[in-house]
Amino acid sequence: MNALIEFFRPHLLPLLYALVIVAVLPLIVGYIVLVERKVMADMQARLGPMRVGPHGLLQPIADAVKLLIKEDIIPENADKMLFWAAPLISVTAALLALAAMPIGPKFQIADLNIGLLFILGISSMGIFGIVLGGWASNSHYSLLGALRSAAQLVSYETAAGMALISGLLLAGTLSMHRIVEIQAGAGVWFMFLAPVGFFIYLVASIAETNRAPFDLPEAESELVAGYMTEYSGFRWSLYFLAEYVNMIVVGSIATTIFLGGWLRPFPNVNALNFLDAFPPLLMLVLAGYCFYRTPKQPVKVQKGFLAAVGLLCLALAGVLGVVLAPAAAAFKTPVHGTFWFLLKVFLYLYVFMWLRFTLPRYRFDQLMKLGWHFMLPVAIVNVMAIAVALVLHRPREAGGLDWGLGASLLVSNAGTLIVAAYLAAVGQRRASPVVGGA
Amino acid sequence: MADTRTTSFPNVETTVLGADEIVINMGPQHPSTHGVLRVKLKLDGEKVVNSECVIGYLHRGVEKIAEHRSYQQFAPYVDRMDYVAAVSNGLGYCEAVEKLLGAEAPPRARVIRTILTELQRIASHLLWLGTHALDIGALTPLFYCFREREEILKIFEKYCGARLTTHAFRIGGLQYEAYDELEKDVERFCKDFEHKIAEYEDLLTQNRIWLGRTKGIGVLTAQQAIDLGVTGPVLRASGVKWDIRKAMPYAAYDQYKFEIPTGRNGDTYDRYLVRVEEMRQSRLICLQAIQNIPAGPIMARIGKVLKPPVGEVYHSIEAPKGELGYYIVSDATIQPYRVRIRPPSFVNLQAFDTMVRGHLVADVVAIIGTIDIVLGEVDR
Amino acid sequence: MPPAGGETKPAAPAAPPAAAPPKPAAAVPPKAPAAGPPKEAPPKPEPLDNELVKRYRSRFGNAIREAWLDRKQAILVVDRGQLVEIAKYSRDEEKFDMLTDLTAVDWPKREKRFDIILNLYSFVKNERLRLKVHAGENEPVPSVTGVWGVANWLEREAFDMFGIHFEGHPNLTRILLPEEWQGHPLRKDYDILTQDTAWVRENLGIESGQ
Repeated sequence: MNALIEFFRPHLLPLLYALVIVAVLPLIVGYIVLVERKVMADMQARLGPMRVGPHGLLQPIADAVKLLIKEDIIPENADKMLFWAAPLISVTAALLALAAMPIGPKFQIADLNIGLLFILGISSMGIFGIVLGGWASNSHYSLLGALRSAAQLVSYETAAGMALISGLLLAGTLSMHRIVEIQAGAGVWFMFLAPVGFFIYLVASIAETNRAPFDLPEAESELVAGYMTEYSGFRWSLYFLAEYVNMIVVGSIATTIFLGGWLRPFPNVNALNFLDAFPPLLMLVLAGYCFYRTPKQPVKVQKGFLAAVGLLCLALAGVLGVVLAPAAAAFKTPVHGTFWFLLKVFLYLYVFMWLRFTLPRYRFDQLMKLGWHFMLPVAIVNVMAIAVALVLHRPREAGGLDWGLGASLLVSNAGTLIVAAYLAAVGQRRASPVVGGA
Repeated sequence: MADTRTTSFPNVETTVLGADEIVINMGPQHPSTHGVLRVKLKLDGEKVVNSECVIGYLHRGVEKIAEHRSYQQFAPYVDRMDYVAAVSNGLGYCEAVEKLLGAEAPPRARVIRTILTELQRIASHLLWLGTHALDIGALTPLFYCFREREEILKIFEKYCGARLTTHAFRIGGLQYEAYDELEKDVERFCKDFEHKIAEYEDLLTQNRIWLGRTKGIGVLTAQQAIDLGVTGPVLRASGVKWDIRKAMPYAAYDQYKFEIPTGRNGDTYDRYLVRVEEMRQSRLICLQAIQNIPAGPIMARIGKVLKPPVGEVYHSIEAPKGELGYYIVSDATIQPYRVRIRPPSFVNLQAFDTMVRGHLVADVVAIIGTIDIVLGEVDR
Repeated sequence: MPPAGGETKPAAPAAPPAAAPPKPAAAVPPKAPAAGPPKEAPPKPEPLDNELVKRYRSRFGNAIREAWLDRKQAILVVDRGQLVEIAKYSRDEEKFDMLTDLTAVDWPKREKRFDIILNLYSFVKNERLRLKVHAGENEPVPSVTGVWGVANWLEREAFDMFGIHFEGHPNLTRILLPEEWQGHPLRKDYDILTQDTAWVRENLGIESGQ
């Protein structure tokens, strides 16, 4: 028995983390959707969900319940087995990718030495779910949506991968945990060393997760709902979950590689240590707002609920504040790290939402052209430029020129931008309107 | 002739891939066919080889109804055709019957009619802009447009109690006198609206994705447009400077200064620019009109029972969608012998096939949107 | 349903109409005589013989049957057989380059019951011209789809609503009504109740109470 416990001991914490992620993630996804609807409403001069709970705070729960008790319709001519399995593949792949993600310095299920490779490989598996779902539905819209999705993912996966390589070159490791530690050591996020790479990854990740302006696979006005057209109820919500988890995954990758993972902004500048007070203060402000709005709620239940939310924020503020005390210094990095990581992922997703409600949708051929004619070449040039910069930065005895890191990267990024500008100009000239008319 | 609805495609072109074409059916319940339009598309990959519109799902037999109602009774029915521009429909019908009677609405009524019709044009174009942008994937302009459209509908509601199918005008003039703050309301709306148009344009006009999705899409040359009888903004975007408000002025349009915007390429982008500019011009017309609304009666003396002398008349107005014509034949009874409605949407929709060939599926929705059809009017 | 159904209404005389036919008494409310006619009498239809008509007459001779003005709108009645030539001439020589509308009117009591009406517009002259063609119940009308593309759907609609056969039309099928529809609704002898009562009889096995 003891041996058994001993055997499981090293796995207990990862198991706990895995449970937390699987159990809490659907809830988080629900609230991301709520935030998205609120952001959308704010940009569109309206209020958004306001009915279920105070300020619509219970809307995700209501939506989830609705989706779960909905009738599960399987089309008569669908391939039942595949139709049934496809969403599971998608959602499993998406969740699995989170296994190697360092959410905090201690909050990581498994620190794989090939972490990034694992994440990219597994999250690409999700496309099987989409293609199989589109095929199994036996509907034109689904099939077109699925094929679009597959083509899009393949095209942008390459650009995204190339963009990530620029980060890898700087870090020299595939371990997600190490990448963040190296950024901490360097005292600078890789976003500032390889801005072009970050930008390409940002755009490519939007395309990879099928978000506007690249949301062609589910373009409502063209393909109804793309590969999800024939799905309903629980199976549909699995696809939905997979999509949002994928967003979290790409957000986490970007945060880890380019945005310093769990690090506070400017972690090595002691003059900016007051930033440590930001997390508890933010929570205090949120709590204060909840308490301020509580008396204004129309119904007693809503008053109570909003007050509870306020108390929760207050408790979080307490936790984030207590670890600042010197006595609890050992807990400071894990707790605050998780906070910063989640905040960065959220900001990254906010950019997604912002773009979604601002831009029209690309057409499929335009999307492909952008991917293959612009993003991929620039990403490749970027990798080469970073490599050159690293050689320039190398000490003389190792065959380099011993330039400063800043100077060499400035030169390399400038070179990349020139290539990008050239490609854009060529693309503009080559772009001719599609031949129209009969 | 028997089975065309399901199988035959007139003028099928053979493509390189031959048998690998698929037929996809858009509508009648599709989010971006703007109602119950059904489009059968023959696709080669994602490229449209051929298309066929199947219409009539909303056919209510308006022209037959007209023969069984008196002239006044039929007036509310025309509001149900282009239900997003009910005021314009009513204006066309009332003026046609007035012409048939040989009567004319008093000047005050004509100016108020002009103001409301121009507001209706703005409202109709706003609805078009919002939904068109939504079809192309821009979610936000829809809400901005509906915000302003709401203001116009509020003015209608204050004027006649109805917002959508207003039945605002009567044969011979107006039923209701303008309410006290009409001028003020219209002026306030027009003042604000200038900045609001700038807001829409900020979001779209120079947006590279918007340019990519609309430039060179659904090109209709002036020659094709005239041959297909296309009217309204679609014709003007093809470069034909023709607007019934200028060519054959009705209501009080001869008193106001305004420009007719035209396009050069006849593509979706030009149609967008033309309609946006038309909203500006409509705003200017409203501003001019409220400066000087003549006093006087609002109803001509035409009697309660209308029995127009035997004969026929064709009268058309520039509705937001194009030329809206009424051809009315009278046999000197209280009911029209025949009312023929020349719906702009129906005729413009015929150009869809010409515009869509060779484009991608994604452009189909852009082209349906850019024609600006209302199925209530197509099917009548 | 008002008492004056389509087929009970007397058909107006063939154009140009001379006088108003007597109206069906049932349709007139009691107060009708008090209302009186409009103050200003509308211009009576007057024969038209201007330059335009002269040019048409010199070109087509007797194919231009009649010409008159009604409410200042020019109307030309032309021969059915030469419709396409006249249409081509109107488009090319007289610059009536747009066919605004094509429709029909049913006069069931006349020998040739249908008027086919073509509304032309000239951008250059800013003028409208109405061409009229008479056709009997089973007489085909030449299609003008070759002259104006717009005629395609308009002729289909006229076929759908009146059952007029357009000869040379590429795809003359019903456009607004379903394929299986019986009859042509805008004919004056098409009672709007026919379809209803037939359906009720067939599907419910009773007589419709309407």
